[in-house]
Amino acid sequence: MFDKILLASDGSEHAIRAVEKALFLTRNNSNAFIEVVYVVDRDKSKADVLQNWNAADIDLKRKEKLAFTEQKLKHAGVRYQINILHGDPGPSIVKHANEKAFDVCVIGSRGLNSLQEMVLGSVSHKVAKRANCPVMIVK
Amino acid sequence: MNLSAIKQSWFGNIKGDILAGMVVALALIPEAIAFSIIAGVDPMVGLYASFCIAVVIAFVGGRPGMISAATGAMALVMVTLVAEHGLQYLLAATILTGIIQIVMGIFKLARFMKFVPRSVMIGFVNALAILIFTSQLQHFVGESWQMYAMVAGALAIIYILPRFTKAVPAPLVAIVVITLIAVYTGSEVRTVGDMGELTQALPLFLLPDIPLNLETLMIIFPYSLALAVVGLLESLLTAQIVDDMTDTESDKNKETKGQGIANVVAGFFGGMAGCAMIGQSVINVKSGGTGRLSTLTAGVFLMILIMVFNDLLVQIPMAALVGVMIMVSIGTFDWSSLRHLHLMPKTDAVVMVVTVAAVVLTHNLSIGVLVGVLLSAIFFAAKISKVHVHSLQVEAGRKKVYVVTGQLFFASVNEFVASFDYKESCEEIDIDLKAAHLWDDSAVGAIDKVVLKYQDNGTKVNIIGLNHESSILVEKRAVYNKPDAKAANH
Repeated sequence: MFDKILLASDGSEHAIRAVEKALFLTRNNSNAFIEVVYVVDRDKSKADVLQNWNAADIDLKRKEKLAFTEQKLKHAGVRYQINILHGDPGPSIVKHANEKAFDVCVIGSRGLNSLQEMVLGSVSHKVAKRANCPVMIVK
Repeated sequence: MNLSAIKQSWFGNIKGDILAGMVVALALIPEAIAFSIIAGVDPMVGLYASFCIAVVIAFVGGRPGMISAATGAMALVMVTLVAEHGLQYLLAATILTGIIQIVMGIFKLARFMKFVPRSVMIGFVNALAILIFTSQLQHFVGESWQMYAMVAGALAIIYILPRFTKAVPAPLVAIVVITLIAVYTGSEVRTVGDMGELTQALPLFLLPDIPLNLETLMIIFPYSLALAVVGLLESLLTAQIVDDMTDTESDKNKETKGQGIANVVAGFFGGMAGCAMIGQSVINVKSGGTGRLSTLTAGVFLMILIMVFNDLLVQIPMAALVGVMIMVSIGTFDWSSLRHLHLMPKTDAVVMVVTVAAVVLTHNLSIGVLVGVLLSAIFFAAKISKVHVHSLQVEAGRKKVYVVTGQLFFASVNEFVASFDYKESCEEIDIDLKAAHLWDDSAVGAIDKVVLKYQDNGTKVNIIGLNHESSILVEKRAVYNKPDAKAANH
């Protein structure tokens, strides 16, 4: 059984599909616990601070991105926790997954073509390659 | 702050801080030289400034892990001062800038940053990017095709190399490669050595060589004020970005004072005024630097590099520096603001564009910020001055109730007074101010005017629903509720 599930999410469509699969894993398992990890990309800090300059709370906007995910988890009645990390998305997820010994990591794939992947880099591939636990990439 | 917190901010991350500091020092050299050239002073002035500011701010700054040095924003403000009065006046202006910033820090003025709206902030960085870019164009004048080829080569290295390795900073590789090409091909392109003096000496403590009189003060004060404001704006913006990147808080007033102390020291040691650098601070944090040690390392290592590699530094072709500066301007520009321009509220977009235009026209970032803040204030006043008054008949038409919604103040009273029909047929009128707020004397005057006009026509008026603050104002200043009231009393 997968009890400790790491769900890496950026609040996008792909991440929402990953939520459904993560919930699928928790079926009939009352011990299941999902930790949602959202990594704030440090390259976006400047744009985010400028866009939210004088706004009450920059973190609030980030939490809003996960609102739909949270709603789904609540609806399914699973135990969960939301964790916001700061760093490079790929390495941060790998580090977190390895440090806290998860049973499985569920992550959405952005579905980039090979050119985009070369330029942008695939977060899910990095995680799959370097995380110690099984990784489920949701297409 | 207790001892263990101080220890943590210095030695909590020794390895990461030292490595990141060295990376930053390497990236700082070309920028410090290029910003000196923008300001119109010898490269040493920017390098001394970067050394002094980085070292001092490591001890007195409020944001550990943030990098401060000679910057483009400050260099652009001082151009005319240097051109008209020379280096000594710049050093004096730098010291005065520091003093102004220390005073601002003591009076905790960092909180007034909230009056600078987001659209002005975005305009500020975009204008800065545009000015850094246009300041590089002069280096192409009278140069051969080799200059263009070298700039293109430098940019290619800067943008393509990180796709393969991030171990070495790409701008540094670009500078080394372009310098080697220039030296070995014996190219005639201009070098850093042609732009001014680059000595191997440590900075010395000197008093600026200027007459200490009122005339001097009148010359440098406007520049110092502009430098102080621009420096703090960029420093506090950078502090916010580093706060966000590291998910920690920082003391903005301490940073304000720290920037001031750093500038005073820089001025006495022959450096130009500086402030925090967004780009370098981002490089520092991403390279693993989070503590005060990273900033100190950046400053000290910078000085060591200047001493050791002096002969090589003068051979760097301007083409390589221009390439780095173009990268800096592209990195400074907030590209997402262009993508979101059509989604922004119209007034925000106008403020942003006007801020940029004002800076580009005047070449002064502080004027752009001032124009932007004033324009936003006017837009805000215009938006909030919309007052809605609607009326309803009650008690079979004998009484009429006017419900007022909005803010009553100097900009909204005309509209307010004009929304009443003074030739009423009913006997009594209620003015319901539950959803309104009276802010100033003009508002009270407007209420008086309305009430007295009705009373002249023999209609009885009741003011109801005043909130606490508004009723205090009415109690003190209104005349309609006092005997023998006359509108002329106002």
